[in-house]
Amino acid sequence: MSCCGVSPDIEDINELSRLVSSKLAAFLRTLRDSGFAVGLAEGRDAAALMAAGYAARPGLLRTAFKHLFSARKSDWEKFDGIFDAFWLGKRVRSRSVITGTAKAANNPSLKSLSGHTAEPHADGNMAADQIPSTEGADHDRSGEGRMEGASAAENIAETDFRYLADSEQIKQAHLAAARLARAMRTRLTRRDLARRRGYRIDLRRTIHGNISRGGVPITLVKRQRKQKPLRLVVLLDASGSMSMYTGVFLRFIHGVLDEFREAEAFLFHTRLAHVSDAMKERDAGRALDRLSIMAQGAGGGTRIGESLQTFNRWHAARVLHSRSCVMIVSDGYETGDVALLGREMATLGRRCRRIVWLNPMMGWQGYTPEARGIKAALPYIDLYAPANTLQSLTALEPYLARL
Amino acid sequence: MKTRDEIAQALGAAGYVADGELATAISLMQLLRRPLLLEGEAGVGKTEVAKALAVVYATELIRLQCYEGLDQSAALYEWNYQRQLLSIQAHHGADADAVEDRIFSEKYLLERPLLAAIRRDKAPVLLIDEIDRADDEFEAFLLELLSDFQISIPELGTIKATSIPHVVLTSNGTRELSDALRRRCLYHYVDYPDVEREARIIMARIDGAGASLSLQIARMVEGIRKEELRKVPGVAETLDWAAALVGLNVKDLHDAPETVHETLMCLLKTQEDRARVTREVGERLLGRVA
Repeated sequence: MSCCGVSPDIEDINELSRLVSSKLAAFLRTLRDSGFAVGLAEGRDAAALMAAGYAARPGLLRTAFKHLFSARKSDWEKFDGIFDAFWLGKRVRSRSVITGTAKAANNPSLKSLSGHTAEPHADGNMAADQIPSTEGADHDRSGEGRMEGASAAENIAETDFRYLADSEQIKQAHLAAARLARAMRTRLTRRDLARRRGYRIDLRRTIHGNISRGGVPITLVKRQRKQKPLRLVVLLDASGSMSMYTGVFLRFIHGVLDEFREAEAFLFHTRLAHVSDAMKERDAGRALDRLSIMAQGAGGGTRIGESLQTFNRWHAARVLHSRSCVMIVSDGYETGDVALLGREMATLGRRCRRIVWLNPMMGWQGYTPEARGIKAALPYIDLYAPANTLQSLTALEPYLARL
Repeated sequence: MKTRDEIAQALGAAGYVADGELATAISLMQLLRRPLLLEGEAGVGKTEVAKALAVVYATELIRLQCYEGLDQSAALYEWNYQRQLLSIQAHHGADADAVEDRIFSEKYLLERPLLAAIRRDKAPVLLIDEIDRADDEFEAFLLELLSDFQISIPELGTIKATSIPHVVLTSNGTRELSDALRRRCLYHYVDYPDVEREARIIMARIDGAGASLSLQIARMVEGIRKEELRKVPGVAETLDWAAALVGLNVKDLHDAPETVHETLMCLLKTQEDRARVTREVGERLLGRVA
């Protein structure tokens, strides 16, 4: 696999490898900033690849690095862009020819390389879709809020989210929502720990366990069905009519994704967006910033039916199984085809265990489900509940625990 | 050790038409000694890669099919309890230590795929199929095995690998895999092949499928994949359909539109999809096939 004809002097190799490895380190940093899970072992292997002659052919190096550094489809798709921006933008070709030439240290392009390598450290933005890492400030802020929020939470438990006016109250509502999500998770998984005795005897293990007694089954080993955690899939309506509630629910979803082992989140308005990845940002403030961009609808209205259709077609097979609960948070004002909504609800109902529809409007006095969308969807909904206060959210918890 | 082009050729000879990127991935597998994680829709030929690889290396293919609840005793090793018991009964009254030594010897050990894979003289291809179906716990255990290639059996001691197997993992994405496992592996996303490659696959796999018919079939399938379907047909379905058409003596799709429509059941696997690709849609698609 070696492409280098002449082997360079030892000193040149040392010099070169130092330069290459610092450049490589900068590339790894770029990848990490773009969300790739790249560890030390990958760096070592990448260096081995470059030493094995891959560096001489950028196209091949790109493919090789792509296999090495990508870990999922999204990585796979954006890798080429990052690679090109980083390496090919700076003419990897001229530089890697050096691998094969003996007089590498005298080569002017090598010297210019050492200048280039300093760059990434200084400005730190080479790739297009890089996320700035400014963690310190955000963390401090959320730390403060958590301390204040604890005692005042009761006061706002019964307040409709609409009436939370000042930023302090909103912040507290957010924290309470996050706490609630955490509490729901604890309740749900504790069921796994409280084990009943097994319902049938595991013969193989019983015999194995009693071999020391000559095979006489004295202690019995039993089997029980393994309890698996519930998977929660949240579809949040982010249209204009829901805008007063979106913030709180985004925070709630962030908490849910953080705490549930299995959870997925989607936003919809006129179209559907998968937001689990953006939501997995540890820092809630930053996750919400990323989402607020996604949440802005293109044009007006809510196409629940179409969004569900997209969900059923592209995501359902992957994210739903028989232990899934789908939670739709929406006011049910459908501006698209109502018949389509009904059809898609039926399809969705076949695929999951439960459908919970949370409607913030339902908590309003004198509200009756007259929105056309809700009427079409109602027959397929297992639980239709208000969700305009923290109290009403808490009331859901026992229901979810029974799923 | 083979170069990239040799691998691509050898895969072709083994009946797998690979794209350039996959050949690179496989050459990296041997260079870096990392497992290869293949992801992609059902039916794009992920499992076939491992099978072809076994042919290329002229070695055994050991397959571990994952499922929910798969545990170590089904994947790694288990003691043969019945024989152990018999042995105890047969040597009743003998020295206890001697009996223990005997019943916990290799003779009473049942090899399961993972143990088998590291105890071969010639490195086999280990296919861990649909890893996403196994539980998280199993995944963690697998990770340990894939980094150390040694297994410790409490009664017997540590068994080190005599040869490092070529490991191929496949995933359909029904469950998100852990970052640790993903990071450990080389990654390759297997997509639906383009028309030209699919035609070559048909020619390689189906006897009697000519170049023009293969190309027609590939174009038709590409058209069908663009329709709004619940289950998009994979390469396996394409091959079924091609085999059906060849078996029914169709030489050109335009000659037998009726047969084409009737055999579409090889591609469309749900009632809804069947209803969606009506005769008119079928003819429209057929019209586009040159």
